[in-house]
Amino acid sequence: MSFNNLDQLYRSVIMDHYKTPRNKGTIENDSINIEMNNPTCGDRIHLTLQVEDGIVKDAKFDGEGCSISMASASMMTQAVKGKDVDTALGLSKTFSDMMLGKEYDDSVDLGDIEALQGVSQFPARIKCATLAWKAMEKGVHEQEKS
Amino acid sequence: MISKEIKSYFPILNQEINGHPLVYLDSAATSQKPVQVIEALENYYKFDNSNVHRGVHTLGNRATEKYEGAREKVQKFINASSTEEIVFLRGTTTAINLVAQSYGRANVNEGDEIVITYMEHHSNIIPWQQLAKERGAILKYIELEEDGTISLEQVKAAITERTKIVSMVYVSNVLGTMNPVKEVAQIAHENGAVMVVDGAQAAPHLKIDVQQLDCDFFAFSGHKMVGPTGIGVLYGKKALLNEMEPVEFGGEMIDFVGLYDSTWKELPWKFEGGTPIIAGAVGLGAAIDFLNEIGLDEIEKHEHEMAAYAMKKMSGIDGLEIYGPKDPAKRAGIVTFNLNDVHPHDVATVLDMSGIAVRAGHHCAQPLMKWLEVSATARASFYLYNGESDVDRLVEGLRSAKEYFNDVF
Repeated sequence: MSFNNLDQLYRSVIMDHYKTPRNKGTIENDSINIEMNNPTCGDRIHLTLQVEDGIVKDAKFDGEGCSISMASASMMTQAVKGKDVDTALGLSKTFSDMMLGKEYDDSVDLGDIEALQGVSQFPARIKCATLAWKAMEKGVHEQEKS
Repeated sequence: MISKEIKSYFPILNQEINGHPLVYLDSAATSQKPVQVIEALENYYKFDNSNVHRGVHTLGNRATEKYEGAREKVQKFINASSTEEIVFLRGTTTAINLVAQSYGRANVNEGDEIVITYMEHHSNIIPWQQLAKERGAILKYIELEEDGTISLEQVKAAITERTKIVSMVYVSNVLGTMNPVKEVAQIAHENGAVMVVDGAQAAPHLKIDVQQLDCDFFAFSGHKMVGPTGIGVLYGKKALLNEMEPVEFGGEMIDFVGLYDSTWKELPWKFEGGTPIIAGAVGLGAAIDFLNEIGLDEIEKHEHEMAAYAMKKMSGIDGLEIYGPKDPAKRAGIVTFNLNDVHPHDVATVLDMSGIAVRAGHHCAQPLMKWLEVSATARASFYLYNGESDVDRLVEGLRSAKEYFNDVF
């Protein structure tokens, strides 16, 4: 059986992140610590970020879920590390637009994240890809409030 | 023997999904509908639609006859002693909530116990959690045996004289386990408790006899038994329903309305506030006719055969783990599994690309997932329109999924 259309979803860079996730674990001296799950499917992410002077110094994730959710979490931590918080939130917006098939700012260098574009063709899997980003956004907003 | 032609009554099954003939293996989530049910709904709206129990015009009478006729069909279907014991509601969830909020609030007090099991659907957990919190009662869980069954020893150990309500699923939506609810009801009664049965996965697949089970309440949904969504049933023993207060108030359920006080209609209408789910009930009646025509005994037999065939074929796949009882005779046509390193969502997506619909996730049974020590599983569920060729397609799809993920890894 040929699965050409599946190859758009399971790109090799995604499977690489799934198999050998970057930034897996938890940060001890975290400033943002957030847990989020996808209640419809049971995916779960625990995200810790260390933010100093508005810069994301470190980011780690832990959790369980499908290849798409875990690969996306790995890519997200990689992407936001070293960036200032506003840039991280901007990336999240760009990513969300990409997932929803909206026009997105293609001047932003998305790096590995670009590989997730195929997910937008699989509506049932979009939530898998956005879970880690939603967690990051929520964590940042909660910290801003306190 | 269920004829292969049964499938031809289900128009939805005759289509291609992602370039392959559809194999629908998600009937435990919701079943497909035969033309007989679709036409019953259509004809009701085309020829008979009107509000019920009011007005003198002909259509009003016709709609009332159809609605109450459906109630009679339900009564016979589960062998209740009268139609007064059949309450039409939105579904199993609403039915269990009604028991918890009406019977529960009136009878459960501080320190009393409510006993459920680890294999319940969320709809048979949360109403009791809420009731326990509100009344200061204790919610207890019956432990499962290693093979995902329930032993009467554990049941006897859990139920005490402080137990007021025992609520248990008849057929597990994850493990497929068929539970000994008749024996459990007896133990509940010996301790002065009432027995509630979540029959959502049982009513579509087994002959139900509420008098023989001697349960006090029995809840089920139309959409899982080839009927429409939005219609379900609460059966309750007349003596219990009589003493219970309604939880929804308004039109249709009243007798006399004064400025500051009102009285309720007789059973079962006092629990059916608002314009009832008339078309849904008519559709459920047609679904019952359809199932009766084939025979519930035949359907049950077919499902055991499907479960046995699926388990045999699937266990030939390296690294595939099946949860629940190993003996197909102890389970309905539900096979929940995991394919070693491939996450169930990924399995389900690959199968979908081959036209095969299965469920992936926690199946609204998070405590059970915890007990199984998994975060999610995939589930193939079979019904009267599935045959061995569907299992063969599933097995072929699972092998391709395995191959695909071995390649990309």
